[in-house]
Amino acid sequence: MCLGIPGKVVEIRDGGSLPMALVDFGGARKEACLAYVPEVKLGDYVIIHVGFAISRVDEDEALRTLELLRTIDELALDQELGAEPAQP
Amino acid sequence: MKYVDEYRDSEIARKLVDEIHRITTRPWALMEVCGGQTHTLVKQGIDEALPKGVRMIHGPGCPVCVTPLEQIDKALAIAARPDVIFTSYGDMLRVPGSTTDLLSLKARGADVRIVYSPLDAVRIAVANPERQVVFFAIGFETTAPANAMAVAQAASLGLDNFTVLVSHVLVPPAMTAILESPTCQVQAFLAAGHVCAVMGWTEYEPIAERYHVPIVVTGFEPLDLLEGILMAIRQLEEGRAVVENQYARAVKREGNRSAQETVFRVFDVGDRTWRGIGMIPASGYHLRPEFAKFDAEARFDVGDIHTQEHPACIAGQILQGTKTPLDCIAYGVLCNPQKPLGAPMVSAEGVCSAYHAAGRGLAAPTAFPLYDLSRPNR
Amino acid sequence: MSERRGEADRVAAARAAAPDPANLVCPAPIPERARVLLGHGSGGQLSAALMRDVIGPALAAAAPGGPLNDAAIVDVAGGRLAFTTDSFVVSPLEFPGGDIGELAVFGTVNDLAMMGAQPLALSLAYVIEEGLPIDDLRKITESVARAAGRAGVKIVTGDTKVVGRGAADGLFVNTAGIGLVAPGITVGADRAAVGDMVILSGPIGLHGIAIMSVREGLDFEVEIESDTQPLNGLVAAIVAACPEVRVLRDPTRGGLASALNEIATASGVGIELREETIPIPGPVRAACEMLGLDPLHVANEGKLVAIVPAESAAAVVAAMRAVESGVAAVEIGRVVADHAGMVTMKTIVGSQRIVDMMVGEQLPRIC
Repeated sequence: MCLGIPGKVVEIRDGGSLPMALVDFGGARKEACLAYVPEVKLGDYVIIHVGFAISRVDEDEALRTLELLRTIDELALDQELGAEPAQP
Repeated sequence: MKYVDEYRDSEIARKLVDEIHRITTRPWALMEVCGGQTHTLVKQGIDEALPKGVRMIHGPGCPVCVTPLEQIDKALAIAARPDVIFTSYGDMLRVPGSTTDLLSLKARGADVRIVYSPLDAVRIAVANPERQVVFFAIGFETTAPANAMAVAQAASLGLDNFTVLVSHVLVPPAMTAILESPTCQVQAFLAAGHVCAVMGWTEYEPIAERYHVPIVVTGFEPLDLLEGILMAIRQLEEGRAVVENQYARAVKREGNRSAQETVFRVFDVGDRTWRGIGMIPASGYHLRPEFAKFDAEARFDVGDIHTQEHPACIAGQILQGTKTPLDCIAYGVLCNPQKPLGAPMVSAEGVCSAYHAAGRGLAAPTAFPLYDLSRPNR
Repeated sequence: MSERRGEADRVAAARAAAPDPANLVCPAPIPERARVLLGHGSGGQLSAALMRDVIGPALAAAAPGGPLNDAAIVDVAGGRLAFTTDSFVVSPLEFPGGDIGELAVFGTVNDLAMMGAQPLALSLAYVIEEGLPIDDLRKITESVARAAGRAGVKIVTGDTKVVGRGAADGLFVNTAGIGLVAPGITVGADRAAVGDMVILSGPIGLHGIAIMSVREGLDFEVEIESDTQPLNGLVAAIVAACPEVRVLRDPTRGGLASALNEIATASGVGIELREETIPIPGPVRAACEMLGLDPLHVANEGKLVAIVPAESAAAVVAAMRAVESGVAAVEIGRVVADHAGMVTMKTIVGSQRIVDMMVGEQLPRIC
């Protein structure tokens, strides 16, 4: 669902029974619960929804998606050229 | 902001729009089932930038909008009690019940408090042992892990003054209900990225196969939506119908196992009524019997609730995607964000509010109705 | 056609038959729409509606009418006085970057400045909640004095009342101010003309986010302070560079979007903004993303919008940048004939989208 914002784990905090962390969203920081992302370490990016990290951001996948998007017109051109009938 | 700004690049956006136009050869109807996606599509004019024949049908993806009227009325009845501190996410405060809303109740002196996280509600309960604290646990699957944790925490802390009013809804049963409808025109879906971040996408595979509809798990930024639409149309053009993942940076096929564990420890799947749509079997979460003492509906006798929707409100058809706000007689005339007749005009993610904020179907600012304080609203 | 009439009749009948909110505790239920809501004070659509439909008509015989401006111009023998009043009900009383005392002085000084007036004198009235620590009262009043010194005005009269516990949020402050408008200066919300340029004096969203960051239930950490500051020096520079300046407005509650919408409506023109030119500090953006808020709706306390004839725009921006409170001044849009009364901005896919006024209170959201 909506409003899940990516942020960087900048501090691990003691939340008593729940693992908590300070997450930085590019200048605004808020505490969030890391109970659902046990694999996350300091410096990782997570998606935060209503004060909980629900997923870890996979940096490689993110880069791959962006690279694909950046070159979308070149890929399209290749496809078009490939579909051109051979010159007589 | 990292992982946000890159997905708002206008040059790439235009390239994606061009590519969508290049590959589209026939009319298609796609549906997104996520209020956040609806909001971005309308606000950024993405739906209007698509090829003429491609239609985005806005699905019932706003949990605020589909929370049953009965639950809202129960919330109001509970919040009106002097011994209760009623806590809720901000979105719910302006949603109209049969006769009033939480914000108006707050204006009359009810202790209604906005919380950012359900853990804040638990903290309020700990800090106010002599008061009853009730948390309005609404949402799709995305919010269930957080809501579940609040209940689990309350249980482990042994709190006897904390309860939740549950109104969770699930996406796959709604998609199936829409696909089963004789008036269904949807040919492909964009699945909500964060719902899938929690639940994974295994539940969607049988749907794609049985109904032969492409389903693309999609993110929320403009480039995510455009790429998701592109992937869906590619499948449609090629006659394929599988589940694909556009939001790979945040979603894995199995989803978040530890979140699912807690959700299913606390909640059970059950029938749920969707406001404007009706009862969809096995489409909601209810508290498991072990956690019954945290159920607000059990703790508070909310009396006889008689729900009444405003007769001019066509939210049901809007939520199912069979009508748009432009088809609604009340839209912009009787119904606007200041004086909403139904939920989709209130929530920032509701279709009607998204259309209204974008000025669609409204002539000019003087067309905004005078806010009439002299007559009762209903 | 007859279908529509039938529908309207059905709606009217349903309204007339609507049940009272009998489910609730109050024995004499009053329909909700007859009570003032917090949203009526937020500076957006609800506030505008309250003015237009309740307060305005009730005052009609006693008020001169005309467009709603930050201050009123009163003709006196030998000149024109600008006259304004404002109440400050911020909570907490102290916030990152300032306190209610500073806010009160700068707020009123700025309202005068937005009419192109040189502020002369302020009154200061306190409504104090019983139980407020005396030290807090002293600290805030010293802050008032410092702010007045910074703005170059005197506090010449005042009043103090105390009310019972719970009747005021610690302290309510009202200030009224008078200023002198030089001959030839006519600034007003209804004066924007097609072709004019819209200039913003600096980054937006600071005050509102600073307040929200310390509000109960929302607290988050952010390296942001309120931008509360006096703008009369900046206005003097603008007026010197361009005496024909058309509109000056400080976008307080309701944010930049609400202020521009008010101007567009009052002047009967459209305004087109360029999103990439609007300066929004990183932490403000981050906080807005986090809470689901629109930065264009967030309150500012030390910024202004100036609308000037196109040929003067460059000179005005240069003049603003030479003053400390205007160093980041930038052109953000222009006044157009299209879509009168509406403010638009280009979207990511190249179309125009409407920038709406805020509806009620800004509520953080989850979806």
